[in-house]
Amino acid sequence: MDRTHRSEILIGEPVAEGDLVRPPEEDCACKEGMFPKASRRQILRGGGLVTAAAATVLLAKRTLAADEDMAGSWTVPGQLAKSDYGTRSKFETAVRQATPAGTDALTPLQSLWGIITPSGLHFERHHNGVPAIDPAQHRLIIHGMVDRPMKYSVEDLKRFPSVSRIVFIECSGNSGGTARSATLKTAQAAHGLTSTSEWTGVRLSTLMSEVGVKDGAGWVLAEGADGAMLSRSVPIDKIMDDAFVAYAQNGEAIRPENGYPMRLILPGWEGNINVKWLRRLKLGDKPFMTREETGKYTDLITLTGKARQFSWVMEAKSLITFPSGDMRLPGKGFYEITGLAWSGRAPIERVEISTDGGKNWALASLQEPVLPKAHVRFRYPWHWDGSETIIESRATDQTGYVQPTKAFLTANEGVGPTYHYNGIQSWKISADGSVSNVLIA
Amino acid sequence: MFSSHRGILLATALMLGASPLAVSGQESGYAGTYPFGTAATQADIDAWNKDVRPDGQGLPPGSGTFEKGQKIYAEQCATCHGENLEGIRDPNLPQGGGPALIGGRGTLNTSKFKITVESYWPYASTLYDYILRAMPYTAPSSLKPDEVYSLVGFILGRANIIDKKATMDAKSLPKVEMPNRNGFYPDNRPYPVKRYD
Repeated sequence: MDRTHRSEILIGEPVAEGDLVRPPEEDCACKEGMFPKASRRQILRGGGLVTAAAATVLLAKRTLAADEDMAGSWTVPGQLAKSDYGTRSKFETAVRQATPAGTDALTPLQSLWGIITPSGLHFERHHNGVPAIDPAQHRLIIHGMVDRPMKYSVEDLKRFPSVSRIVFIECSGNSGGTARSATLKTAQAAHGLTSTSEWTGVRLSTLMSEVGVKDGAGWVLAEGADGAMLSRSVPIDKIMDDAFVAYAQNGEAIRPENGYPMRLILPGWEGNINVKWLRRLKLGDKPFMTREETGKYTDLITLTGKARQFSWVMEAKSLITFPSGDMRLPGKGFYEITGLAWSGRAPIERVEISTDGGKNWALASLQEPVLPKAHVRFRYPWHWDGSETIIESRATDQTGYVQPTKAFLTANEGVGPTYHYNGIQSWKISADGSVSNVLIA
Repeated sequence: MFSSHRGILLATALMLGASPLAVSGQESGYAGTYPFGTAATQADIDAWNKDVRPDGQGLPPGSGTFEKGQKIYAEQCATCHGENLEGIRDPNLPQGGGPALIGGRGTLNTSKFKITVESYWPYASTLYDYILRAMPYTAPSSLKPDEVYSLVGFILGRANIIDKKATMDAKSLPKVEMPNRNGFYPDNRPYPVKRYD
């Protein structure tokens, strides 16, 4: 397969003799990248976050070209090392996209590589903003049905044996906007409430043995120190299984918007219950029935009028991030379809790709490491013949669970609120190469 | 700390010499318990232990009425939730506005489902718990127990769930029967069917 594909791949341009002696002329429109769909004129006129970002890319590119006209980067000394917190190249412009109310900011999944989400691009979701917390003042109290109620500072927690784990966190409401509409244009806008980080902290099982769990304690109330004082009930089995209190994200302190100075990590479970700014764990014999597990984050099935409660696990899902909505392919030829797959239940077993609107499916390759409860990167070589088509991905996890179609979900769950929505995403490739979100119900 | 640290080093040295399974050997260097953190005092706990359960555990002394709640609601809540508890969508308000609190009964099995405290919330305790700790949005944790009892009495009275003359307190509140009390069931996923189409 690879061999036949390889023979047809033509990417980049042969180096002409003249290129070696004179500066390159300005790139043609098609080489501005496959990402902006709009014309140069539209882009420069701005409007909308995506086009504004694209315009920045273009302008930056021109600046670079101008610099190179005068002198190549290799002709002058470069920047010396500084004692600072490094930043990315000024030519890199991918940013989170905040919703108008400022309660969410979505990860630009279509601009990222591999499986780790840079901390500064990890999605945000909060219910009364990001609290400003002085770590020296912050405490975690564990009380309730325990033998020894305890109080821990951040420094206390750091002295315990630690654990690091690469884990995806996905908001329960992620992708809900794609259930019955295709108006969200990009992978970011439609599915950007999922991210993967390496989290480091202390196992809850360690802390539980410190405080001594009393017989009959079946639930733990986890409470945040934000204005919403966000609270959820967690069953003790999960606490003792793989839960931990994290103080670090991707090798450094957790970012404020992700729970600084400490948060709960419940691998594979909906984002909301991974309580940020964690300040209190209270053990009890019953669930506490907070707002976030009754009035919200319960799954109303409109077919019956009844709601699923305590549906914590995020089930298998996948998303093609390239090519994806609002991009434009410059012409027929080779493209590596790539994207992410994840499941809160078990490791991803396979990802299948369809390039004909779901009629035929073929296996994508999975990039190692394939970690449980983490984003997995998949890839699939594709030769686009230039005709209109629809591309889709479908994930299966090691329990045998297969990501459902949107039609299946509507038939089984009706049209209620769309928590835990994992229907297959369809991207349409038009003959002109433009990629758009389409609803196949 | 030093003694346990030394234990780790000792175990490591022994295991390195004895077998390649040094990592598992180090496990024995981890103490059963650790002298980190401090005992939480009753005052520490009382300062934060404000949550309320459906059985009433956590409800403080105090009481409230519909009439008092009506006044507090007009001052503290109506800007976002509407004068008639109908909810407001306005991008200029925090969170884009507050949701409707009443109405929606009989809609949950329709495509025009309307989720409110009245139509959907299974427990009155959740209303108390949430208002006490998270409302009003611009000044969370600022309301006193009597005020919260009154707001619960007002909202549930407007929802025709309790009598407008009822007094809300630690005894009466857990007895409130919410209309959708039996509208929930535990997670039953994954579906017991093959999910291929």
